[in-house]
Amino acid sequence: MARILVALTFAVLGGWLCSFFGGGRKRLGIALVGAVLVGVATILAPREWVTYLLAPVITASLYAVLTLGLNVQWGLTGLFNIGVAAFFAVGAFTSALITKEMPTGLAAEYIKQLFGLNLPFPVGVLGAAAVCGVIALLIGLLTLRLREDYLAIATIGIAESLRLVFQNERWLANGPQPLSGIPKPLFCLVEDPPCAWLPGFVRELVAPLDSRDYDVILLVLLTLSLMVLFWLLQRVTWSPWGRVLRAIREDEAAASAFGKNVFAFKLQAFIVGACVMGIGGALFTASVSTIDFGLFHPMSYTFMVWVMLMAGGSGNHKGAVFGAFAIWAIWMGTTFLSDAVVPFQFKTQVFYVRYLFVGVLLLAILLFRPQGILPEEKGQH
Amino acid sequence: MALLEVQGVVSGYGGMEILHGVSLRVEPGQIVTIIGPNGAGKSTLLKTVFGLLSVKAGRVTFNGTDITGWSPDRIVRLGMCFVPQTDNVFPSLTVQENFEMGAFIRTDDYRARMEEIFALFPDLKARRHVRVGALSGGQRQMVAIGRALMLDPKVLLLDEPSAGLAPKMVELIFERIREINKSGVAIVMVEQNAREALKFSDWGYVLAGGENRFEGSGPALLQNEEIGRLYLGG
Amino acid sequence: MLELTVYGIVYGSIIALGAIGLTLIYGILRFANFAHGDLMSVGAYIALFLIQVVFPLLGVPQERFGGTSFGWPLILAMPISAGVTALIAIALDQMFYRPLRARRASPVILAMASLGAAFIVRNLIYIFWGPDKINYFPGLYRPAWQLPFDVRIRPDELIIVVLAMGLVALVYFFLQKTKLGKAMRATADNPDLARVTGINTEQVRVWTWGIGAALAAVAGIMYGVNALLYPEMGWGFLLPLFAATILGTVGNPYGALVGGLVIGIVQRISTAWLNPAYQPAVAFLVLIVVLLVRPQGIFGGRS
Repeated sequence: MARILVALTFAVLGGWLCSFFGGGRKRLGIALVGAVLVGVATILAPREWVTYLLAPVITASLYAVLTLGLNVQWGLTGLFNIGVAAFFAVGAFTSALITKEMPTGLAAEYIKQLFGLNLPFPVGVLGAAAVCGVIALLIGLLTLRLREDYLAIATIGIAESLRLVFQNERWLANGPQPLSGIPKPLFCLVEDPPCAWLPGFVRELVAPLDSRDYDVILLVLLTLSLMVLFWLLQRVTWSPWGRVLRAIREDEAAASAFGKNVFAFKLQAFIVGACVMGIGGALFTASVSTIDFGLFHPMSYTFMVWVMLMAGGSGNHKGAVFGAFAIWAIWMGTTFLSDAVVPFQFKTQVFYVRYLFVGVLLLAILLFRPQGILPEEKGQH
Repeated sequence: MALLEVQGVVSGYGGMEILHGVSLRVEPGQIVTIIGPNGAGKSTLLKTVFGLLSVKAGRVTFNGTDITGWSPDRIVRLGMCFVPQTDNVFPSLTVQENFEMGAFIRTDDYRARMEEIFALFPDLKARRHVRVGALSGGQRQMVAIGRALMLDPKVLLLDEPSAGLAPKMVELIFERIREINKSGVAIVMVEQNAREALKFSDWGYVLAGGENRFEGSGPALLQNEEIGRLYLGG
Repeated sequence: MLELTVYGIVYGSIIALGAIGLTLIYGILRFANFAHGDLMSVGAYIALFLIQVVFPLLGVPQERFGGTSFGWPLILAMPISAGVTALIAIALDQMFYRPLRARRASPVILAMASLGAAFIVRNLIYIFWGPDKINYFPGLYRPAWQLPFDVRIRPDELIIVVLAMGLVALVYFFLQKTKLGKAMRATADNPDLARVTGINTEQVRVWTWGIGAALAAVAGIMYGVNALLYPEMGWGFLLPLFAATILGTVGNPYGALVGGLVIGIVQRISTAWLNPAYQPAVAFLVLIVVLLVRPQGIFGGRS
């Protein structure tokens, strides 16, 4: 049962990613071929391989959400935000706090948090988006009037400041200690018996799943979320609102000469992008039950997301998603290689060599193919 | 042989073509003025000659050398200097330092030359250690021209030297330009103050729509009624 | 409070050294060098390599001077490291930034490239030296001098301040009195006119990077002497550096000195009320206030 779910999801994902290439009628064909190939491969492949692949695909999907958010800010509107990791972290912590319960008894000694509402996961997601949106609003009001390079510095500063707050204020989210005990959404699907609120036949379908198969549930959840988010953002991009944003990115002076309140539009784009990143953070907490501010390191998140966006194709959502999967695939590839090839004593060094490689990759992209792999679509979708 | 010769030059900015084949000729020691309506391509012509814009077709010859496509720093070494219309000084440097920058590529002792130029602009001599940003518009224009003279150029390209100046200043600047020309420097000038400029020009070109329309000696153009009506403001 | 101010002056001198380089690069080359902090790290670590590996091999005497914590090795390491860091910065410029600029890349793309360069440099440091904190001269007892008003200061720290002032004076003379220095100021004023005038913009470029990086290296070494080295040390300086640069007006080296001192003092004094971990956030706060209230900085003319 689990295998079928995974195969289906992989197939959908694979087909969808393939559909990014090619135009017009060919797209559907490529998508179907891709989907079938991936699906069949998943059914036939050895169990360990499939399990091994689950985690990277989940992570790549998370990155894809972040990259989509950044694309709204950078690709669509031209805002240079180096604080991606901060919004991601805020989203994650907010969702965690909303969905957790307040610790009692002995646990209260070890885990300190501002609040714990023990609400269902969707509320956590919405809460994450809302809080990120509010923070983006405040930051935007302060900084979006600045020149682009000053804006970049400001976003670095904000990200650093937020990081310091989370790191040092114990009462907020357990400070330097990890925040554990975050409930996983839809976990009841793999429990025995499965969720009470599901109709009978569905409960029978999911009965064979056990807690080890939770990652599969997560995979489905994330893929669905990603695709829904993508679809929403595509609608938004090709709306009149999106067109104004693109005009602003091309030539701000001309746009404001047309009477558009450039600042308001930039602010809205900044907020939307931040909300998407916050959602990414909330989804992240679904995949781990413990988070720690140290996880949200600028190297891992901000820099990676930027490379993903520039590599995949800045300015278009397909590029964002594709870039996320492509770069993460390369990253996993280097992990695999280094695990297999490099002797034990160089393990730590190799870790940094891989990051080094990512840095070189970014510079190479900027030099040789700044528009990324999937160039921006012009005209109507 | 002409000092500077421009033949059928086509150029523009990015994708937009401004000059559709313009020609020009300057003899040694001449004052040549280019006039015409806004957008005719007058400034574009100067910038193209000086190598700031790329030549898409045509040729530019200076003193027998084909300088088509040369970059400004090579052209400057041949003896042609350019004074842009705006942003033509270094505001945080003093007058003297601006001149020193003008002489950057000179390897010899340029101090004698500097004193000559100060003699030409006595107003500046009194202010040689003043930051140029603090000077008036007219004085700044003099600094801009003086800077270009530091290399003893054979040709001086001036883009609207009288732009934005009070009438008294305009008179002074034109008078200084005549003085410079007397020392043997050929002048190629783009001017909006067409009447005044043509009065002391040896030759004039009328440009419109990126093409040559008329040419003739300065006095001849002034007397031409049609030109007077169309381009000299009646 | 006075003691905090004194510490602030010491720390501020280090920031100032880095900020002078940054402001020159920012003002003359119109380039927000996000790798500047990491250039400081590079300088510090190269000096470390020289002190720990090369000099003992060459038999350089290791004794310390007077009450300071260092001896000949550090004195020799500084100019060598500054030179090597300068070369690295120039190489980065020739390989990456210059081609991008030739393609008329926007300032944001250039800044992104410098982020990439910073990342690469930092990871190289991680690879060769690991993530642990390192001291130049481990296990040293560093006595402090007692000054009036209950202020204690180490000889090291005094030297840092003196060195910073000295280097600033040197930069000042270079910019005011030499032909190349004036050309650099001219290029900062008006890069297009500099080209038109015949100024050798390539030479200006190389020297700007060289001087900027060399100063950053010295700043990094000074920080290492006063505290310790760790791979993220440069990145942690980025906010104070930019705050100092913008506060003192971009392109103005004396402004960078003033800005550095102000930021240093403000950061250290803030520890009287705030958790010391928040110092970078304090620098950021100053930066935001400057950007909102007076973006042209203290010495800026036009708005």
